[in-house]
Amino acid sequence: MNIYVLMKRTFDTEEKIVIEDGRIDEEGAEFIINPYDEYAIEEAIQLRDEHGGEITVVTIGGEDAEKQLRTALAMGADKSVLINVEDDVEESDQFTTVKILEAFFEDKEYDMILAGNVAIDQASGQIGPRLAESLDIPCVTTITNLEVDGDKAKIERDVEGDVEKIEVSTPVLVTCQQGLNEPRYPSLPGIMKAKKKPLEELELDDLDLDEDDVEPKTKTIDVFLPPEKEAGKILEGEIDDQVNELVGLLRNEAKVI
Amino acid sequence: MNFELTKEQEMTRKMVRDFAESVIKPRTIEIDQKAEFPEDIFDELGKLGLLGIPFPEEYGGSGGDTLMYAIAVEEIGRVCGSTGLSYAAAVSLGASPIYYFGTEEQKQKFLVPLASGKGLGSFGLTEPNAGSDAGGTETTAELVGDEYVINGEKCFITNASFAKTITVTAVTGKDEKGKKIISALIVPTDAEGLTIRSAYDKMGVRGSDTAEIILEDVRVPKENLLGDPEKGFKQFLYTLDGGRISIAALGLGIAQAAYEKALAYAKERKQFGKPISKFQAIQFKLADMAMEVELARNMVYKAAWLKDQNKPFTKESAFAKLYATETAFRASNQAIQIHGGYGYMREYEVERYLRDAKLLEIGEGTSEIQRLVIARQLGC
Ligand SMILES: Cc1cc2nc3c(=O)[nH]c(=O)nc-3n(C[C@H](O)[C@H](O)[C@H](O)COP(=O)(O)OP(=O)(O)OC[C@H]3O[C@@H](n4cnc5c(N)ncnc54)[C@H](O)[C@@H]3O)c2cc1C
Ligand SMILES: Cc1cc2nc3c(=O)[nH]c(=O)nc-3n(C[C@H](O)[C@H](O)[C@H](O)COP(=O)(O)OP(=O)(O)OC[C@H]3O[C@@H](n4cnc5c(N)ncnc54)[C@H](O)[C@@H]3O)c2cc1C
Repeated sequence: MNIYVLMKRTFDTEEKIVIEDGRIDEEGAEFIINPYDEYAIEEAIQLRDEHGGEITVVTIGGEDAEKQLRTALAMGADKSVLINVEDDVEESDQFTTVKILEAFFEDKEYDMILAGNVAIDQASGQIGPRLAESLDIPCVTTITNLEVDGDKAKIERDVEGDVEKIEVSTPVLVTCQQGLNEPRYPSLPGIMKAKKKPLEELELDDLDLDEDDVEPKTKTIDVFLPPEKEAGKILEGEIDDQVNELVGLLRNEAKVI
Repeated sequence: MNFELTKEQEMTRKMVRDFAESVIKPRTIEIDQKAEFPEDIFDELGKLGLLGIPFPEEYGGSGGDTLMYAIAVEEIGRVCGSTGLSYAAAVSLGASPIYYFGTEEQKQKFLVPLASGKGLGSFGLTEPNAGSDAGGTETTAELVGDEYVINGEKCFITNASFAKTITVTAVTGKDEKGKKIISALIVPTDAEGLTIRSAYDKMGVRGSDTAEIILEDVRVPKENLLGDPEKGFKQFLYTLDGGRISIAALGLGIAQAAYEKALAYAKERKQFGKPISKFQAIQFKLADMAMEVELARNMVYKAAWLKDQNKPFTKESAFAKLYATETAFRASNQAIQIHGGYGYMREYEVERYLRDAKLLEIGEGTSEIQRLVIARQLGC
């Protein structure tokens, strides 16, 4: 089976995030593999171990993304591709990403493309479905179980807490949801072996793309942190009075009812 | 000069930190309180290849380097001193001497299971009457036919109750000047005549197994003699030089944890209308902690790097061990102070750091012995 995984290097949203001049300050941020992409990598490894084949992890980013690619290789992926846009792409959006991936996949053979359900930084959830559309293959989002049998895939997906069961033909693109699996830690032998696994580096040129072809269709107007949580209020007095006061506050102060 | 870690070293840190935070951390307080050796955690460490970091693949290892190993000890120690000590002892004292000095057969038979994480190893040097003065070893091993017959007593041996094999030092004869010849022998823990008892009630590293060993006519084949029979003493000095790097790394991990906890607490705790981190008295403590932790890290990594470069590292590993473990003790002590009354309570963990750190100033050569080692290197 020919398996591709789309992976994004993101900052760790559990760490403190600092915004400077309308951008997230990369200096202090911790960078990780997008957690949903970890499910995709793990699922790919399980599929490969069961059905044979090869896993290629693809990322679009800069030189720094090599660390996350190496981690995916250390977990067990076979090959990796860094589409390095550091010098060519200044502003990007989902259109940019999908356009680049579409060009990348043009001459590739694949049975399965796995992606994360969303990236935790921008959380658009668009890349998977839009790429599938461009490649003209079926797409199943937020999957929580996957079984492949020949050229069929039996999939369970999370629909707001319920489960939907789907059968599709391959090639298919799926986006992975929490609960799909338990991503493994890269083992020490894995880390050492990753050093020798292929890491191919491509630029826009190699994909026959120009900067103009991938110019974003959207514009970011502002980036800001949520307002700091203020101290809560504890109501006092008779229960009836408290209820009245609460309703009053919700209506007049919080304006939620 | 290049202070950058390799990708592999960075990935090792990330992986071990993730593992330590999600698997070990939730159990740390209980491991200490119940003084229970977390055997299942060691199974996991084995599966991740952590018990074999500095050994080549052909011996079941992961093919990493000493620095990666030191980083792993640091990260485990940052979360749990008990697990950190048993981990460091398993690799540096249990497996390493067999790797350094074993014959090919010994490595295949005894090192492979340890390096591949299928068992733990121990190192039995200390005796009731021979601690700092290892030359005072009283345990004997007498060659009778094809077997060594070992008699004696060992104390304070880490991991022995859970070990597959123990490398035991014993007197095998006298040289022409009448000086004891001390050799090392690999003793499987299921050997007849071997009694292992872990009855110590310890101040710290309570979840690390520490045992007493009694050897009564324990017979091992003469092929179990490790390395050069005449150079057993030199061999374990070399083993201890390496072990010091790992104990130093453990001190570094505890010091780092103490510093992180103290800093976070100081920013949060308000007295006299402001966070106590705004008081210069607290700031100076935190500044010292941050500085000492970083200095300790530089020394530990340098010692590990020297070892990886096959350069002499005896003096530097003693520097690292002495400085990092004393830093761990000071930092833990100050972390308690910064926590005030809360710091005295188990729940806040900093009191455990202090108890755990104290051991590091004693085990694998006391602070005094480190100073002796350094002075000897200075030609005194
Ligand atoms: C939890 C734990 C785990 C351990 N694990 C192991 C293990 O796995 N394997 C193993 O073999 N041992 C192990 N040990 C033993 C440890 O290495 C010894 O405790 C240590 O070497 C000190 O020996 P001692 O306890 O006999 O103290 P002593 O040697 O009696 O020292 C007492 C004091 O005298 C000082 N002193 C001694 N000689 C001198 C000198 N010449 N100059 C100045 N001061 C001196 C010492 O620094 C110390 O302060 C462990 C100990 C503990 C507590
Ligand atoms: C076992 C035990 C028994 C106790 N028994 C009693 C008792 O019987 N009765 C009772 O009332 N209390 C008792 N206490 C409480 C004890 O007196 C307090 O813990 C102590 O006064 C410190 O207060 P704190 O713990 O709130 O620490 P904090 O006041 O929060 O201090 C935290 C740190 O900040 C430092 N700090 C605070 N303010 C400043 C400043 N302005 N400048 C510089 N540094 C500052 C402190 O020195 C300390 O290092 C007990 C505590 C313990 C642990």
